[in-house]
Amino acid sequence: MTALGALFYLLSAVLLLAAALAATRRNPVHAVCCAVATFLAAAGIFAVLGAPLPGALEVVVYAGAIMVLFLFIIMLLGLKTAPGPVPQARLIVPGVMAAATLVALFALIGADPTVRTPLPAAVASPAAVGTVLFDTYWLAVEAVSVLLFAALAAALLLGRAPRPADPRTPAGLAAGKEGQSA
Amino acid sequence: MNVPLSHVLAVAALLFAIGGICATARRSIIMILVGVEFMLTAACIAFVGGALAWGNLDGQAAAIIVMGVAAAEAAVGLALLVHGRRGGGTAEADDYNRLGGRP
Repeated sequence: MTALGALFYLLSAVLLLAAALAATRRNPVHAVCCAVATFLAAAGIFAVLGAPLPGALEVVVYAGAIMVLFLFIIMLLGLKTAPGPVPQARLIVPGVMAAATLVALFALIGADPTVRTPLPAAVASPAAVGTVLFDTYWLAVEAVSVLLFAALAAALLLGRAPRPADPRTPAGLAAGKEGQSA
Repeated sequence: MNVPLSHVLAVAALLFAIGGICATARRSIIMILVGVEFMLTAACIAFVGGALAWGNLDGQAAAIIVMGVAAAEAAVGLALLVHGRRGGGTAEADDYNRLGGRP
């Protein structure tokens, strides 16, 4: 067992434990903090697997931006914590479905003999990953940028405070309708 | 480094299952979105493990693209939650049967 291998199993244990904790916390702030630990462990796994650029992006984008956005929304809306633990009866159907998925996935993984050889210890330089990303997958990068712009526009539209229209005059009504459709 | 690809894929499968349970068993919209993020991260781990096993960088590029899609998904999901909440709704998925938030 090399140091990298031991680190992989340690980070995997942290990842799965934090994910299970996040899935069962009733308080949304606690759940999101456990999710941050999950994403930090995932970033460590990426680094161990020779992918420092996705690892750094995982810290910046997931743990840094998305989870802080979740915390902002929880605190902005003042979400209440439901009392007591998650009801057991509610977990039965999802648990059975997840167990069936896991059995199928493990059978698929176990049936393939090529996945049993040990992985090499290699590190991909961020420059090489960037070259592949913008050389081969430039269309996907552009599609993601368009998607992010559409998401920005949608978030602006949905998060906008409703504009009070003046209902006293027909002109005010028309102006209000124009303002809503624009 | 003495770790076979099958163990990486097993970790990804377990995280995917935990995310799936979180997304289907919980009622809070915040927790549903967190479960979906877990499932996307599990897919990223499988991509990166495959990139290392087969020695090409396409898997890492795919993982970065998945992260961009996940950011857009979280932004729109949380904006919908704020919108529905402003319309008088709650943060529980059971209370919604239209996007405006009012039943």
